[in-house]
Amino acid sequence: MTTIAIPPGMPQYDEVPRYDVAAVRADFPILDREINGHPLVYLDSANTSHKPRQVLDVLAEHYARHNANVSRSVHTLGTEATEAYEGARAKIAAFINAPSVDEVVFTKNSTEAINIVAYAFSNASLRPDADPRFRLGPGDEIVISEMEHHSNIVPWQLLAERTGATLRWFPVTDHGRLDESGLTDLVNERTKIVSLVHMSNILGTVNATSRITARVREVGALLLLDCSQSVPHMPIDVVDLDADFIVFTGHKMCGPTGIGVLWGRTDLLAAMPPVLGGGSMIETVTMGGSTYAAPPARFEAGTPPIAEAVALGAAVDYLTSIGMRAIQWHEKQLTAYALDALGTVPGLRIFGPEVPVGRGGTISFALGDVHPHDVGQVLDSLGVQVRVGHHCARPVCTRFGVPATTRASCYLYTTTEEIDALVAGLERVRKVFR
Amino acid sequence: MQLESLYQEIILDHYKHPHGRGLRDAADPADQVGEAHHVNPTCGDEVTVRVASDGETLHDVSYDGMGCSISQASASVLHELLTGRGAAEAFEVHEAFLALMSGRGQVTPDEDVLGDGVAFEGVARYPARVKCALLPWMAFKDAAARAGVGASPTEVKA
Repeated sequence: MTTIAIPPGMPQYDEVPRYDVAAVRADFPILDREINGHPLVYLDSANTSHKPRQVLDVLAEHYARHNANVSRSVHTLGTEATEAYEGARAKIAAFINAPSVDEVVFTKNSTEAINIVAYAFSNASLRPDADPRFRLGPGDEIVISEMEHHSNIVPWQLLAERTGATLRWFPVTDHGRLDESGLTDLVNERTKIVSLVHMSNILGTVNATSRITARVREVGALLLLDCSQSVPHMPIDVVDLDADFIVFTGHKMCGPTGIGVLWGRTDLLAAMPPVLGGGSMIETVTMGGSTYAAPPARFEAGTPPIAEAVALGAAVDYLTSIGMRAIQWHEKQLTAYALDALGTVPGLRIFGPEVPVGRGGTISFALGDVHPHDVGQVLDSLGVQVRVGHHCARPVCTRFGVPATTRASCYLYTTTEEIDALVAGLERVRKVFR
Repeated sequence: MQLESLYQEIILDHYKHPHGRGLRDAADPADQVGEAHHVNPTCGDEVTVRVASDGETLHDVSYDGMGCSISQASASVLHELLTGRGAAEAFEVHEAFLALMSGRGQVTPDEDVLGDGVAFEGVARYPARVKCALLPWMAFKDAAARAGVGASPTEVKA
């Protein structure tokens, strides 16, 4: 057998950073569990990821040692809690290369982050003196795509209803890629915002955004990227990405539930009217009216999820210590392995890209005409945890003519042995429903 | 978990060879016909149940739908158990099935009442699947009401 040497100067595979998956797995206590008498095979990280001990410890430690409310106390505990909360913001800003810490707004999740932007448009549309970039009315257009999660569809449908603007969308190709053929017509001088998923939660597609960004800039619209599925799995640099807003959620990136992020450009956040009113988001309040704090505080009304934010900071530290490039590469190899392995299962049809290029480690499929609920149930009996259903992306299911799919998704702790267990489990499904 | 307790042969048989599938017009034009379409929003399962009745006897309980083995087998069993029954008797069976499904595996079904429906005893132990089994039965209840047949007095706690 001859080996082909990669010429010097080209990327060398052995230059790719790697890590010890077994050592990483040892950080996740839940991975020791048995399910129905079988070792846990967790292939549902696109739904929510597991949490390493490093994150769980910080969460417990915060409540045990530093618990107090933030941004309002002079006492020591209050100062510690505030420092931890703001420290987490700084860690997250660095993680996504945000030019300013104040561009990171803590939210409950990605859904809330998208809704904040949508309601800022809505509120601006009611004020004649608001920034024109956020004012919407009949004739204006909002652009999304057919591969969005419901959280990036419904807020825009509601916004269109409230303002009389028109909602339009990019279609999806048969291979599960974004169909950009109508780009110049779809994104035009009437477009006010384009809100797109960066990586599809159902098809696994990673959208190349540069052509879209260029067109968005050309027509003077704004660009929001839903990075819920990309920030946990690949290096994300908001300067490189050149978006106006990105959103993501903590629980999919080894952090706790109840904490998410809206990142926005400083000048845009500053131009946005508040959405939720209450404590912490004000400058001054009189009975006659109020003025509002600068971002990010303007969008963080009420006591925030403090411990969750702090633990998300710990999650970011954890991911950084392993390296996002290394995690991305690990998942790329797993995806290639999984696509090959699933290709050997008779009657299996993959929805989305069938090559490990321009896609992440989330793979949706159908197994003959066996309903995904039945596939998921049989797999569960073997300890294999996958998601079944429409994955909150029903238009994608409709696009491919199925009511639901089965979805397996990987993360930094996933192994090829787990992919093998999935494939073996699918054989069992075929036997039960033969 | 014992997979066999969920996917009993009876259930798989009804799924692979459904009885009385397809929506039918009433054979007797004097019958009142009611129809209901129910959807399980979490999984996208759908079923339409149609009841043809003279107010006393359920002359036909027909159905169509798509979904998992549990929901589709349950529709087949519903058709088999309730077609041709008197209204009062049909609702006794309906009530017994609801009681079985909300029993978390603690209810022992009576085969004389539930027939092949007893096979769903195992399903009751899987909270995520109880809704699948109940989908056609809840659609039946609405369809029957629309066909002028009195509704079951029991609400299910799902």
